[in-house]
Amino acid sequence: MEQLFEGLLNDHLGFVVWAAVAFIILLILLAKFAWKPIMAAISERERSIEDALLKAEAAKEEMARLTNENEQLLKEARAERDLILREARQLKDQIINEAKSAANVEGARMIENARLEINSLKAVAMSDVKNQVATLSVEIAEKILRKQFADQQAQDQLVADLLKEVKIK
Amino acid sequence: MDFRHILNSKKIILRVILGVLFTLTVCNTFAIQHENEPVEAKNAEQEAFNPTTAILEHIADSHYWHVGGELSFPLPIILFTDKGTEFFSGANFHHGHEAYQGKYYTYKLIEDKIRVVNAAGEVDKEASSHVYDFSITKNVLAMWLAGTILFIIFFTVAASYKKRKGKAPKGLQSFIEPVIMFVRDEIARPNIGYRYERYMPVLLTIFFFIWINNLLGLIPVFPGGANVTGNILLTFVMAFIVLLVVNFSANKYYWKHIFMPPVPVWLYPIMIPVELIGVISRPFALMIRLYANISAGHIIVLSLISLIFIFKTLWIAPVSIIFVLFMDVLELLVAFLQAFIFTMLTALFIGTAVEEHHH
Repeated sequence: MEQLFEGLLNDHLGFVVWAAVAFIILLILLAKFAWKPIMAAISERERSIEDALLKAEAAKEEMARLTNENEQLLKEARAERDLILREARQLKDQIINEAKSAANVEGARMIENARLEINSLKAVAMSDVKNQVATLSVEIAEKILRKQFADQQAQDQLVADLLKEVKIK
Repeated sequence: MDFRHILNSKKIILRVILGVLFTLTVCNTFAIQHENEPVEAKNAEQEAFNPTTAILEHIADSHYWHVGGELSFPLPIILFTDKGTEFFSGANFHHGHEAYQGKYYTYKLIEDKIRVVNAAGEVDKEASSHVYDFSITKNVLAMWLAGTILFIIFFTVAASYKKRKGKAPKGLQSFIEPVIMFVRDEIARPNIGYRYERYMPVLLTIFFFIWINNLLGLIPVFPGGANVTGNILLTFVMAFIVLLVVNFSANKYYWKHIFMPPVPVWLYPIMIPVELIGVISRPFALMIRLYANISAGHIIVLSLISLIFIFKTLWIAPVSIIFVLFMDVLELLVAFLQAFIFTMLTALFIGTAVEEHHH
């Protein structure tokens, strides 16, 4: 046993000390110049990636929301357009109908007026014609009478005839 | 310089991997061959090649860094003695063949251990016990190398995080980031809970340090070749650090569970020691697990290579190489797996220490 451990420290203590020193120096150097910046950079990048992913997710949601909104707007606009069109069509029909009826009424009124005018003119013309006919008749009768009673004998004849007739009666 | 296009080609990557694996096996072979040639030549008559010694030599720490063939780097020797500090080159030992006359004592390398010898060349045990070996050994250097590689990699990655703030990772960064995320999301978070951030530096350092050392250990030639994580002293240091981290971050519930466990009072004399052993045994298991797994992998690879020298025929080489190739691929997995398990259990222990009980 003594033989086994003889010179153990003399031969190996040096290596143990060197190993410990080397490892600890390596640990300190690496911790300061390598692990710290590397771990910091990795976690920093991880955080930024996670952040970016979250942002992308949010953007996607926002996008979906916007699309939805747009669709909604579009739908509303379409509905409104349809409504306006329908209203316009109604209005058009109404206007046409109104115009039609107004035209009808006006036409009827104008026809009526024309008829009245025509009637009144006709009456005037008729009375004028009557007057002229009467005047002409009287003139013709006068001319005939004048011609017939120009000689005395014809007058006496006529009176005698007339008297005969009265006697019979 | 921009070599990215080279690395981006899938074909090239495949070739590089195959090439590395090939060199791995071949170099292993040569390394052992050359290493053992002198030994074999010397002992050719008396004994055959002894794989045990060769293997243990290869997985152990050393005062030399063997590069390949006869070439090896001598490493600096630092000794704290009772008379003062000694500093000289390991080349002075001439691979243990010669003693070196230092300032205070004469030293000799015996079985890769530094011993004080007297004038007659005999080991002076009394004097040796006053000498503490603080040499920059192969494993210490390999650890520094691993640390430097890690620092360069992660400093670059951290710089590219600063440069490409908030952008997707690119290049080396995109290779490292999933691993960091794995440590965070699969290891730290589920085991520690919301307080995981405080422990991320220590967990990441443990994970990458073990992983890179495991991988470097798989490379048989110079930049690798050291068996750092298969060294029980290193795993001891790491397990001890885990022990400190766990116990210093423990809350009152953890201590209450140890010193006032929810059992009848007469069981306390049994329960409290059991719980205290539990505090020690968990990091202890970490230490043994990593050491045993990595050493086992190295031993298997070296054993397979040793077959060539045991049978003393080149015909066994293809079999060895195929099996070694398989083992190396498996070890690539084990390298990651052991780093993962060590970190995972550390996180688990921290998790139990900081857990809030609401009952």
